[in-house]
Amino acid sequence: MNITLNGETREVAGPTLADLLEQTGQRGAKVATAVNEVFVPARQRAETRLNPGDRVEVVAPRQGG
Amino acid sequence: MPVFYGTEVTSRLMLGTAQYPSPAVLADAFRRSGAGIATVSVRREAGGGGEGQHFWSLIEQLGVALLPNTAGCHSVREAVTTAQMARELFDTNWIKLEVIGHADTLQPDPFGLVEAARILTEDGFNVFPYCTEDLVLCDRLLDAGCQVLMPWGAPIGTGLGLNNIYGLRSLRAHVPDVPLVIDAGLGLPSQAAHAMELGFDAVLLNTAVAKAGDPAAMAEAFAGAVTAGALAFQADPMPPRDMAAPSTPILGKAFLA
Repeated sequence: MNITLNGETREVAGPTLADLLEQTGQRGAKVATAVNEVFVPARQRAETRLNPGDRVEVVAPRQGG
Repeated sequence: MPVFYGTEVTSRLMLGTAQYPSPAVLADAFRRSGAGIATVSVRREAGGGGEGQHFWSLIEQLGVALLPNTAGCHSVREAVTTAQMARELFDTNWIKLEVIGHADTLQPDPFGLVEAARILTEDGFNVFPYCTEDLVLCDRLLDAGCQVLMPWGAPIGTGLGLNNIYGLRSLRAHVPDVPLVIDAGLGLPSQAAHAMELGFDAVLLNTAVAKAGDPAAMAEAFAGAVTAGALAFQADPMPPRDMAAPSTPILGKAFLA
């Protein structure tokens, strides 16, 4: 299915958010996730099913002021 | 030292972590200044990036308390979700809440800021709102559950210092028992000293240090200024006067008529 990942359209297999991170090589990475502007805790990724057109954000720690 | 949400801080200087020329300079700035709190952010990461893990390792070694921010968020939803992601990543309930309303000044959207502060407080966050010196806004933020306020000195990154001294003095007098942190717009240590002399509890700055020619030295200078200003405030400064008054007593002067 096509979803938007960090602002870019992508074809992903899914079906869950955890599967998506597996696909991007970020399964064990220090990242946090949101789907359609709603925070998804790490422990809920495996049971969060993705739907076509979903907007997924994957963020990591960064410098900030 | 001021107490934020039950924690007594180790320094009145808080530093951002952005725009340093290198990680080594960043670490040096924290070391030489003794700053006790570092602000951080969350940003998108592509698969295989690994930059987040690298930065996380760097930050852990600083050994300071972390204050994640919601920098760049323009809506309540963005800010709330960003804060929740930051809480999971940085393992802290502390959040520097930014809800920005205007692109040129990066000034807070006061309405969104209050709403987000209320939502996040109910969700268990300790909110440090980036706000202005507006007394009504500050009252609303306190009503929403904030126990610290962080009014700007001047727009972010301008280095203009304390733009509205009258307004900041008013705020300090209006909420004498609330920890107040001047956040944004400072450019020189003298401005930070002035903020402390007005009775503010701490300062938060990033650009003034990171964009200095020698950031570590500038961080050390800011630390000195904050210490001096805070001590001066506690030492109960003399009131200014318009007319001169000799410091040397007249009595006993030679050639006295």
